[in-house]
Formats: sequence, structure tokens, C-alpha cells
Amino acid sequence: MSTQQKLTVAFVHALGITADKVSDDLTYNTIPEWDSTAHMILIAELEDAFDIMLDTDDIIDMSSVAEAKRILTKHNIEF
Amino acid sequence: MLEQKVILITGANRGIGLSVAQICVRLGAIVLLAGRSDKQLEVIAEQLGDNAIPMAYDITDEDQVKAAFGHIKQHIGRLDGLVNNAGLMQTAPVAMTRIAELKSQLEINTVTAYQHAQMATRLMTRQQSGCIINMCSIVGEQGAAGQSAYATSKAALSGMTKAMAKEFAPLGIRVNGVAPGFIETDLTAGFSNEQRDEIIDNIGLGRMGNTQDVADLVSFLLSDHASYITGQIIGVDGGMRI
Repeated sequence: MSTQQKLTVAFVHALGITADKVSDDLTYNTIPEWDSTAHMILIAELEDAFDIMLDTDDIIDMSSVAEAKRILTKHNIEF
Repeated sequence: MLEQKVILITGANRGIGLSVAQICVRLGAIVLLAGRSDKQLEVIAEQLGDNAIPMAYDITDEDQVKAAFGHIKQHIGRLDGLVNNAGLMQTAPVAMTRIAELKSQLEINTVTAYQHAQMATRLMTRQQSGCIINMCSIVGEQGAAGQSAYATSKAALSGMTKAMAKEFAPLGIRVNGVAPGFIETDLTAGFSNEQRDEIIDNIGLGRMGNTQDVADLVSFLLSDHASYITGQIIGVDGGMRI
């Protein structure tokens, strides 16, 4: 599975949305499915999928799919 | 009652924390003993058996706390319970309390509990279940002359407990506080006989509490028997008035 696919699956599982809705411009709190509770689940999904541990600042900054990619890149994950 | 539940206890090397560790192991849990003293924790873990694992780190050091939870994630992979027990109590009138003393009590009694809960819920979110117990205090609930700094830190902990209970309920994570009254521990060892007698006069059940009294409630709250209890601060104080 590519890193992009892993990322998409994490969003699909955490937010309960379909894969076609996972695009770079999808933003936190702009759809009902991505609320603070789902955000916690998303963090857990991403940490498991990429075997990393995110900092609190990363969790705060992860405000969109594009930002998630940028943050994951800091952990040597390439897209 | 706690079979195979993984429970992290801060300040597990003595007093209430040690009693909680002992009862949790007895009830079948795997207990992670958090504290500063490596040797002391190893001795306790040896006494408690294979289901007790020492984890020596400084709970006030943000990076060490993160590393400890990283270790739990990597080597155990789950966390069912957190008992925020480590505490500091300094007694002095308001006019004689240094701001540094207020800050140190806030640091140990409140901030470290907050960070531990923050990290613990990251693990608990994966399994959509878990339980956090914060060691609050009757002093935080009712106030006590001469303990304003301690009361400040413990009242903050009670507020944190109630707020986190609401925030984490949708994730299946319960958060409760236990508020001991006058319990015989190192924290109360400095009280004179006269002070003790005066306090006992104000305890309905007519005796000081012991660490087992508190540990029994904590173990119940950690168990599935308490699965519908969250956001509560429960007193263990023998009907004490302060």
C-alpha cells in the first residue's frame, strides 16, 4: 500500500467518510464527520498506520489533509 | 476483576499508590509502576511479582513522560487504566506561601496529571475504552485553612477531571476523581498528635483512613463494575468535615 493510500485509509476509518472525499483541501471542522472526537481517532489511526508518535503541536497543526501530509513528511514519510 | 488490564500508576512507590498497585496486581492487572526511584520500584515490582513492571522516570519532565508513553505503545500496545496519584502537599498560611511553592504543587498535582491524561487518552482512543482516576482531595473540594496552595492544585485537578470526562465520554474513556480525607501516609506523617486528635474529632467514623480504604475505591472505579460512572469526584473521608 502506498503512503497516499495509507493516509486515505486512515482518514476513511477515523472520519467514517468515503475515500473520494479525502482530498488535500479537506479541512478540520468543515464537515460534521471531522470534529474533535474524530480528530483524536484520526491521530491514533495515523500513528498506527505510519508507526510514529505525533507531538501535541503536530496534533494542533493538523488542520487539513494537506497539513497532515506536511507533518508526516517531517517523520520521513514521503508522498 | 481487573484481569489482564494494563494500568499505569504514578507515585506507585509508597502510600496510596503502592496500595493501589498491590490491589490491582491481586485482582489480575498488569501494573506499570511509575516513579523516580529506579531501585525502590524494582524492589516493589519484585515483591508484587511478574505482573508488576517498574517504569522509572521524572513525571515532571515533559520529554520523559512522552518517552514513557512511547515505550508503553511500542512494548505493550495498550493502556486500560491510568491512576494519577503522585502528589505534593505543603502546608502554610497564605502570607507564608512562596509563589514557588504554589507553582511546584500545581506542577506535580495538576500539570503532570494533565500531561499523563493527554498521553494516556492517545493510547485509549485506539481501543475506544479506558479509565483515568485522578487523586483529588477533600481539601480541593472544601478548602482548608493553611492549605490554600494545595487546595488550588487539587481543585484544578477536580475541574480537569470533570472536563475530561465530558470530552472523552464519546470515546468510551471514563474519567473520575477520588477525594481522600485524612489518610495515614507520608503526606500526613508530619501532623502532631494534637493535630491528629483535632482532625479525628471531625471525622464521622471516628478514625483516620488508611491507604487500603482509598485503593479499594480506585480498584472498583478501574473495573468494569464501574462502567457507567464518569465525571465524578468520590470522597473517601469517613464523613469528614473541614
